[in-house]
Amino acid sequence: MQKKVGTAEKNSFLSAIIRKQIFIPIAALIILAIFNFIVDPSFFKITLGHNSEGDPVLSGNLISIIDYGSELAILAIGMTLVTAASRGQDISVGAAIAISGSVVLRVLCGTNSHPETLQAPIIAAFLVSCLVAMAFGAFNGALVSVFKIQPMVATLILFTAGRSIAAWINNNELPVVSDRTFTYFGGYIPGIPIPTPFFIAILCFILTWLALKFTNLGLYVQSVGINEKTSRLNGLNPALIKFVTYVILGLCVAVAGFIKVSRLSTINYSVVAKDIEMDAILAVALGGNSLSGGKFNIYASILGAYVIQFLTTTLYKFQVQADALPAYKAVVVIALVILSAPIVREKLAAFFKKLRSPEKAESKA
Amino acid sequence: MPQTDMKNGAKHRRLLGGLSDTNLLMSITIIVFILMYAFAIFGLGAGFLKAQTFFNMLNANAALIILACGMTLVMITGGIDISLGGMAALVSMCSAVYLDMHSGSVIGAVMISLGIGLAFGIIQGFLVAYLDIQPFIVTLAGMFFARGMTTIVNTNPFNVQNEAFVKLKETRIIIPGMGSVNKRGDYIDAYIEIGVVIALLIVVALFLFLKWTKTGRSFYAVGGNRQSALMLGINVKRTTFLAYLMCGILGGIGGFVYFMHVGSGSASHATGAEMNAIASSIIGGTMLTGGVGNIIGTFFGVLSLALIQNIVSSAGLDQAWWTGITNASMLCIFLVIQSIIIARRKKENLSAEKPAEAKGVKT
Repeated sequence: MQKKVGTAEKNSFLSAIIRKQIFIPIAALIILAIFNFIVDPSFFKITLGHNSEGDPVLSGNLISIIDYGSELAILAIGMTLVTAASRGQDISVGAAIAISGSVVLRVLCGTNSHPETLQAPIIAAFLVSCLVAMAFGAFNGALVSVFKIQPMVATLILFTAGRSIAAWINNNELPVVSDRTFTYFGGYIPGIPIPTPFFIAILCFILTWLALKFTNLGLYVQSVGINEKTSRLNGLNPALIKFVTYVILGLCVAVAGFIKVSRLSTINYSVVAKDIEMDAILAVALGGNSLSGGKFNIYASILGAYVIQFLTTTLYKFQVQADALPAYKAVVVIALVILSAPIVREKLAAFFKKLRSPEKAESKA
Repeated sequence: MPQTDMKNGAKHRRLLGGLSDTNLLMSITIIVFILMYAFAIFGLGAGFLKAQTFFNMLNANAALIILACGMTLVMITGGIDISLGGMAALVSMCSAVYLDMHSGSVIGAVMISLGIGLAFGIIQGFLVAYLDIQPFIVTLAGMFFARGMTTIVNTNPFNVQNEAFVKLKETRIIIPGMGSVNKRGDYIDAYIEIGVVIALLIVVALFLFLKWTKTGRSFYAVGGNRQSALMLGINVKRTTFLAYLMCGILGGIGGFVYFMHVGSGSASHATGAEMNAIASSIIGGTMLTGGVGNIIGTFFGVLSLALIQNIVSSAGLDQAWWTGITNASMLCIFLVIQSIIIARRKKENLSAEKPAEAKGVKT
């Protein structure tokens, strides 16, 4: 320990920061921000305007990032837990969002697809969709924990069937909710110029923080992810913990799906939350979490989610088509996983060690 | 060794116990396929009795057979490749653009297809085999990359007008003696497309490769247990790399066969093909855990999925969602069967009395 302080006196502060997990998303955020600032400083402009209803709203790229990044951040919470516990990712979140959104509309609209008034209170619709999404999460969780199927293959089932089930729930109709209160959750509450999804996201973060602070959830999830057998010997039930993480992800999916349908007051089964699974996985990876389970940092993932949205907004600004976005993100994912691969890390670490103190290494040898 | 073991031991065992896991799964698939076909013939009319109905299933699924073969190869080594569908879309779009907008030759288009497949195979194989990154992440990124690139190459779907290609696309190989008489009393020959011939050749070649070559056998060894494979002197990394390389090339070929069938380029081509390929492999008896699998089973897996779709549409449930739901539930059932078999095998491994039955890479 003493030696370490002695050798790295100068850059101890810097290296301490760099070693922090949350450094990765922050660095990515800063790079993106500087890039945007150089290319076009007006990227950061925020204007206060009025929407069609006459309510004050803030608009600008930054606002749209915290607005549209919220669903992703909420998903990232669940995805981080699932990744940490089951050493794999859930690729059915997009399809599950379609299902839960479809359920919300089904409950709100009843049998009529274009009702004048709501057929049920919004909170009831939300709760029902939570139950349904958690049930699908439980389905995934059961396949993974009880039947021991690899997470990504197990969730492939729902990934395929999900959008079909969503269409089936509403008889392939596209119900439209005409009630205005419903749009508050995905848009703006009159009088508050900041988009509501951001507040919902913050509420979710606080709940997560409380859950991690006052329960053993985080500890158990990490120990199951690091070594399943050891945690079993220590009296944990790995299957149950994996199962619980999938149910929590189901809850996150329900919240995200609720925001998604509230934005449009309707749903398009094949397009809603398309490719969001990729973004959610990317958020976890960008947060510096290992995609093969174990230790995790939820706050880094959340920040990662907003960085992804930042990237998306930036790409849109350069007139990249929505369908072409995945190609760029795939390159980012590959770059991240290559950098975090243990073999590459070892090689890099050895290389930097050599670079920093060649004579030190020689004297040791 | 496994073969002799099978022959001598089978008599003394119970009927199901005598089959190795993969043969059990494959037999289930073939039996289910035959039962479904019989059900279709008796329940849904004589349309299924025509040879052409069967050939049409082959025509429509030739590309899927090739893709599923590639998937089976990587799954035998314990990996997975979900970039195949995206690869097929990218290949058909690039070929279409090359043929129509650059008035290229068909040979050139084939070369482009193989080149794309090769590039995907090399990169993904390197990342998975030599850098030890999870195959699912690598190929998921590959899938999104391929889909995105397809849009970047060309946004709008279009039909290819190139004469040489259209001629090739319309080429039909007539099967003598299998034709049928239509309502007007004319005799119509039964036909298959060129893609089917390619697919069947690939199935036979890969079957022989896996069964009777050293490299083919080492695929099973690597998938079954990496550690023991390493101790047996198999170059595990190279074998894994080779599996992804072959899968990539098969993706290129499959993409071109798909392109020959549809004759157009579009970013939404082959959506869900990767999922169908995985489902076919799993239904055909390939284990997700690696080490177990069979190309013939995969072939029947593809046909089973195609038959289900045929049955669903001729039963009047033609809504698009039924296909997704039936495919997924089929996949789910077979996954659960597999997991039960694996659990059973583990138990047998623990009880030392019958190790020969429990272990082993039998094809």
